[in-house]
Amino acid sequence: MTAMVFILLIVGGSALLSWPLGRYMKWAMDPDETAGPGRQKLDRIFASIAGTLGTEQQGWKRYMVALLIFNIVMFTVSFAFMALQQHLPLNPDEMKAVEGSLIFNTVASFTSNTNLQHYSGEASMSYLTQLCSLMWLQFVSAATGVAALAAMARGLAGRKMMGNFFVDVQRATFLVLLPISFVVATLFLFGGMPMTLQGSAHAATLEGLQQIIARGPVAAFVAIKQLGTNGGGFFGPNCTQPFENPTFWTNAVCMVAIILIPMASVWMFGRIIGRVRHAGVVFAVMLVFLLAKISGAVWFEQAPTQAFASLPIEQATGNLEGKELRFGAATVPLWAVLTTSTSNGSVGAMHDSLNPMTGLMPMIGMWLNATFGGVGVGMINMFIYIILAVFIAGMMVGRTPEYLNRRVEAREIKFAAVTLLAHAFFILVPTAVFAVTPWGAATLNNVGPHGFSEMLYEFSSAAANNGSGFEGLGDNTVPWNIATGIVMLLARFIPIILPLAIAGSLAAKKPTAQSAGTLGVEDVTFAAMLIATILVVGALTFFPAAALGPIVEHLKFMV
Amino acid sequence: MKTNLSALRDTRIIQRAIGESFRKLDPRHQIRNPVMFVVFVGSALTTVLTVQAFAGHGEAPAGFILSITLWLWFTILFANFAEAMAEGRGKAQADALRKTRKDVLAKKLKEPKREAEVETVPAPTLRKGDTVLAEAGDLIPADGEVIEGVASVNESAITGESAPVIRESGGDRSAVTGGTKVLSDWLVIRVTVNPGETFLDRMIGLVEGAKRQKTPNEIALSILLASLTIIFLLATATLLPYSLYAVNASGQGQPIGITVLVALLVCLIPTTIGGLLSAIGIAGMDRMIQANVIATSGRAVEAAGDVDVLLLDKTGTITLGNRQAVAFLPADGVDPKALADAAQLASLADETPEGRSVVVLAKTKYSLRERDISKLGATFVPFTAQTRMSGVNLNGRTIRKGSADAVERWVKEQAGSLPSKVRTIVEDVARQGGTPLVVAEGAKVLGVIQLKDIVKGGIKERFAELRRMGIQTVMITGDNALTAAAIAAEAGVDDYLAEATPEAKLKLIRERQAGGRLVAMTGDGTNDAPALAQADVAVAMNSGTQAAKEAGNMVDLDSNPTKLIEIVEIGKQLLMTRGALTTFSISNDVAKYFAIIPAAFVTVYPELGRLNVMHLAAPQSAVLSAVIFNALIIVALIPLALKGVKYRPVGAGELLWNNLLIYGLGGLIAPFVGIKLIDMALVACRLA
Repeated sequence: MTAMVFILLIVGGSALLSWPLGRYMKWAMDPDETAGPGRQKLDRIFASIAGTLGTEQQGWKRYMVALLIFNIVMFTVSFAFMALQQHLPLNPDEMKAVEGSLIFNTVASFTSNTNLQHYSGEASMSYLTQLCSLMWLQFVSAATGVAALAAMARGLAGRKMMGNFFVDVQRATFLVLLPISFVVATLFLFGGMPMTLQGSAHAATLEGLQQIIARGPVAAFVAIKQLGTNGGGFFGPNCTQPFENPTFWTNAVCMVAIILIPMASVWMFGRIIGRVRHAGVVFAVMLVFLLAKISGAVWFEQAPTQAFASLPIEQATGNLEGKELRFGAATVPLWAVLTTSTSNGSVGAMHDSLNPMTGLMPMIGMWLNATFGGVGVGMINMFIYIILAVFIAGMMVGRTPEYLNRRVEAREIKFAAVTLLAHAFFILVPTAVFAVTPWGAATLNNVGPHGFSEMLYEFSSAAANNGSGFEGLGDNTVPWNIATGIVMLLARFIPIILPLAIAGSLAAKKPTAQSAGTLGVEDVTFAAMLIATILVVGALTFFPAAALGPIVEHLKFMV
Repeated sequence: MKTNLSALRDTRIIQRAIGESFRKLDPRHQIRNPVMFVVFVGSALTTVLTVQAFAGHGEAPAGFILSITLWLWFTILFANFAEAMAEGRGKAQADALRKTRKDVLAKKLKEPKREAEVETVPAPTLRKGDTVLAEAGDLIPADGEVIEGVASVNESAITGESAPVIRESGGDRSAVTGGTKVLSDWLVIRVTVNPGETFLDRMIGLVEGAKRQKTPNEIALSILLASLTIIFLLATATLLPYSLYAVNASGQGQPIGITVLVALLVCLIPTTIGGLLSAIGIAGMDRMIQANVIATSGRAVEAAGDVDVLLLDKTGTITLGNRQAVAFLPADGVDPKALADAAQLASLADETPEGRSVVVLAKTKYSLRERDISKLGATFVPFTAQTRMSGVNLNGRTIRKGSADAVERWVKEQAGSLPSKVRTIVEDVARQGGTPLVVAEGAKVLGVIQLKDIVKGGIKERFAELRRMGIQTVMITGDNALTAAAIAAEAGVDDYLAEATPEAKLKLIRERQAGGRLVAMTGDGTNDAPALAQADVAVAMNSGTQAAKEAGNMVDLDSNPTKLIEIVEIGKQLLMTRGALTTFSISNDVAKYFAIIPAAFVTVYPELGRLNVMHLAAPQSAVLSAVIFNALIIVALIPLALKGVKYRPVGAGELLWNNLLIYGLGGLIAPFVGIKLIDMALVACRLA
């Protein structure tokens, strides 16, 4: 009961907070005449920082090129920082060189806003790497997502010129992410999170042993990690580590921080396209999925751990394996769903230890990747489902399908379909390859369906740019590093490029007028259509894989 | 009788379609439809597996692989059959048309006049610009324009309407169609097309679907279906490695067989809509033809569903063809009966419907009997464009009726004047949508006859329906703004264009289009051609000029302007049928997963048997039942694909909700029931 109240407070509170934040994000990302002279001055500063690049108005193609070039530069610079960390300052614990495929994987992971971690930060990264390479990427990769959404929304509002990426990315970083991170990091400091540039503490234990206690600039790192749907922890165990999540209160703030900006992104989208009611319907659909997954996870996690079933152990509180008892069992399924519904990927418990069907819920989150989804990009992913839904629904009302007064035709459907196809491909095909080769099979710590789930989860996490791990997988191997690295990069940029292309193509069309015969996108019927589309198209693709992983495991051991 | 005939026709179409289904197995034909091509490749694959199984190296019992293979082939045949059925109806119609194109002989004129020397040549040798003579009893040899003469023509070969129509030179009734028959008099015709390009040829081509191109929406849907096919191909193809892992990990059972994988793939890909897609498109064109409308392209039919503004001519569409007298409104000091009497006298010889209605009104209202104008010794003064009045001269009385300004001019010439009371009456009548006819005797104005347009019964409700569908109606009329506004209000149209000229019409269309609307209109005259060319859906009346027909993208053989509404409905129905069957097809997949997945993995993970919620008898019967259901549902839906889903004139929200319930929820539930029934039947027949 208290668990449900807690869940409703976290989700409901975030939803309420997202409304004013969405309004603020519109002001920050897409100011209009009412924004005031101060706001315009800020934009002039951003434009002058970007120099000649900051002055042009970009159509979708140039915007796209700018976005890609920016990310390639970030990738290269971060790669260099990490590869040379042993020669660079701010390395009090004298971290060694990082192995090549792991650097590729890590930089790909942070550039793509995934933060899949095949390393443990405290054991292999210097403070400089953590701050200037990883934390920097946590800001700009999230900013890239917000910028892409703003550009797409401008296109859907009918503007052929979608703004300037170099200005947008600064707006997102300096006006959105940085101030909110500052507030959250301060809250974390009060909650007892460390924030220091001193090396690890060395302590003598009662037994007389030396203990090395890792620490560092944790609070700042964790704030943007949670807010930017990054998820890459300062420490290997992520938010299960007491320094990364000391108390019940930091735990609550962490969870709100996960979902806040993805929720607000929907409102920002609605305000830029000038259809807040439509955004409300999309928000509601996302919320329905989120609550369904949370309910499912909470329900299945109440069953006891199957491994202890035959032992004389009291299990009335449900499955406690792999959980931080400081936070209680109920917050774990909530965190697991929040972190995978958005493309965050930070963890508050070990997902490997969840009951099988509870473990399915995070996977569903990553398969859909649009029920709030990543900062900015979650709404972009949802846009693909919206395009499909309006296409089929539009035909069912007897008109050439249209979205926001522009016709959805072959070109748009082609791009939308390829985006969906790519997501399915990046999850199903590599999983198949790893399932039948030693690349995958030799790295499993579990056999049977659970081992399969581990591989499926890893690629789902990479393809959804989520970054959480099922764990239990020896994933720091060259094949895993390379394969997930490639998947992360492709799965990041294809679903940004193609939706932007759709928006560009729609913006170029002559708008049609609205009438009673036009498909409404602001009512319950459309919400039902959208839910059905997401369920049938999004979830059916993965049903066979789910059946051979979590579902069969559940049927085998839990029933 | 008619039903017998159509049943006979249907039997013949079915026979022909069955033959066609096999001919369409040609891979070159199949590759045009990506969804069905995947089924084709799958069937070929399982055919090889069948042979292998009978040779003793099968991956599963030979009987099982054989049954799956047969039903996969049936799936393709059923889809071919659907397409052939749709084409067949057009072909039957084309055959009927072709019969009318006998090789007629033409009377070619040396010079473009009646008296010129005649040379008899075969019709196919005629070229554009030639002049021919067609006399009573002749078949008109080619499409053309009448340049001389008036004749009644039987156009039933084209329109199916046996009442003869008048064709004459000049004006809007000058176009004639090859293959129609002159019943009386004669016509001199200038041929306007070369052989092979005639209206009849074009019609045959269109109904046969020979030149059928995919419409924009059809292309978009095909892309979606092809992509879904690839996604499901991924989902099924990866099952093989997954099952290899599972066998390895659980140490028991067999990996999933190719036959079962192919069966699962075919069940999941959208074969229902994929198999019926082209049939739906052809049937849409066909429904237009049933409504006696020839669309020049499938694109036009599709656009009809998107129309949101209808331009409707007032006369004939909104009102009955003619106005009728409804009241006599006397001037001050005039006896109403005297007015009626004078009005009747002035109208006795007036054979126009308006004139007749004055006589009838005088009789019913004041019991004034009709008199014989010749016995009275009266002389009739007919209406001319100069005087714009008509009337009668009788024993020194000069009675005139006409428009207010014409009559005013006339009385002024005789030193009279139009009393202000009469002027007020005239304005009142006009404001109420009537037409005032002022009656004067000599210099004295007697009063006003109120003529009124009679709005067609039921038209107001029809417009209300259109409004619910989101379609605006605009009435086009030559009347002045006052009259137009009153009729518009009475008929319930959304807007009107008064004193319409061709330029004003064109401007109106452009304005609406600039506002993002799609405009449909009908037209028949040459001066309609620019507006027709501008409109998105332009229906030319078959009775209209060649220029109008060229400018439009549809021709209404019945020349019935009200048909525009029907055309819009057919367009909407076409898209709705596509959408509904797509939804149905995809929703079906849920049940198929529950049938096949537990069956496929029963040896590796017997626990998955709990997903067998339909309690199908055995793994093989489960897979077979799903495949059979998948094939039979195509046949079951052929009638729906050909007839189209039911269209009701309601708003988009309600339509979506209804279709989502019927085809979405229905599509989810139907296969659970269907597969279970087929499984029970298989068990009963001991086939499984």
